[in-house]
Amino acid sequence: MLDWFQLLGQKGLRLFQRLGRATLFLLQVVICIPGLFRQPRLLVKELYSVGVLSFAIISISGLTVGMVLGLQMYNTLVDFGTEDSLGPVVALSLVRELGPVLTALLFSGRAGSALTAEIGLMKATDQLSVMEMMAVDPVRRVVTPRFVAGVISMPLLAAIFSAVGILGSYMVGVGMLGVDDGAFWSQMQDKVSLDADVINGVIKSIVFGIAAAWIAVFEGYDAVPTTEGVSRATTRTVVHTAFAVLGLDFILTAIMFGDY
Amino acid sequence: MQTSRTVEILVGVFMALGIAAFLMLAMKVSNISAFTESDVYELKARFDNIGGLKVRSPVRIGGVRIGRVADITYDDELLEAVVTLNITSDHNQIPSDSTASIYTAGLLGEQYISLEPGGAEEFYANGDVIEETQSAFVLERMVGKFLIQEADSGAEKNEK
Repeated sequence: MLDWFQLLGQKGLRLFQRLGRATLFLLQVVICIPGLFRQPRLLVKELYSVGVLSFAIISISGLTVGMVLGLQMYNTLVDFGTEDSLGPVVALSLVRELGPVLTALLFSGRAGSALTAEIGLMKATDQLSVMEMMAVDPVRRVVTPRFVAGVISMPLLAAIFSAVGILGSYMVGVGMLGVDDGAFWSQMQDKVSLDADVINGVIKSIVFGIAAAWIAVFEGYDAVPTTEGVSRATTRTVVHTAFAVLGLDFILTAIMFGDY
Repeated sequence: MQTSRTVEILVGVFMALGIAAFLMLAMKVSNISAFTESDVYELKARFDNIGGLKVRSPVRIGGVRIGRVADITYDDELLEAVVTLNITSDHNQIPSDSTASIYTAGLLGEQYISLEPGGAEEFYANGDVIEETQSAFVLERMVGKFLIQEADSGAEKNEK
């Protein structure tokens, strides 16, 4: 019985230690951000590997999600003769929820896991220690550009996801199923508002970007420096990002859209 | 150096695409009408009750969309709603005794303005006011009327 409590206590302490280290690590990274502007080259390189290389999966997923949404919503709406509201239904669900959330999940699978593996392997092969020996701060040189690139890329990717998704549902709804072209856009413009929907979606994706990038670089930096440790850290990145994003999404949705 | 240049260009393209996607969401999807339809002329129509008509609702003749509602205001002196219609210049041959009515697409669908062409020789020009209008069909009012009728007829039957 006592063993059981000991185990629980041990787990709890370890969890809070990790949380504490993660928070201190985030502060360390944030302090290094102003220095990054003196070396924008580093940021561009990371933006390429984090943002540009995620572009394909994000746009293809966005297109298919939009097309499926268009098809499914049409089948339901046409029973009530309200297939004209396909536009607002698809646009609202993409801009408010699916765009930011799915982009964050895909982002953690495509870019977050790669960041963790990269930093973890650097640690396992002692590259980070070598940098420290050469008086180069690895947090400043390696972690901060990756973190900032993740935070910048996420809202851009989420906007691309939503826009491509809406175009996909337009192709299916208007092109294949015969929804009225004008009604599709005019009803969408009528129901979707810039500040309440689009801007809130962007805020969501920025928050998710911070969470996903933070988890990815921290797991890499905190990984046990062995082959197995790096693989575990990579798995944890994807799982924890999914939990964090879904949890944060509920909180943000409750704050943004809760009171009406 | 060459690889770094391509990387920078690709990053630039990516950022531009992201910003373009955001602009599309702001302009095309949400309710900022920066892109107005070019080549339109204005007609005005007065209604007692516009129901659920909104700015950017379609204007149709015989079911074909020829324009949009540009503006809805309320005239305090005439106690009527004034609806401004933007009609595309392609359709500038609407007879000047045409009537405007507000209809609903389907039972619960969006509301639109339908113009019924008259037989006059002259056409509406920019800024003209459509004189004959028919107000929106308000479902609640109809249901109310129907219920009162039913109650009346029920009462008559009971008296017999």
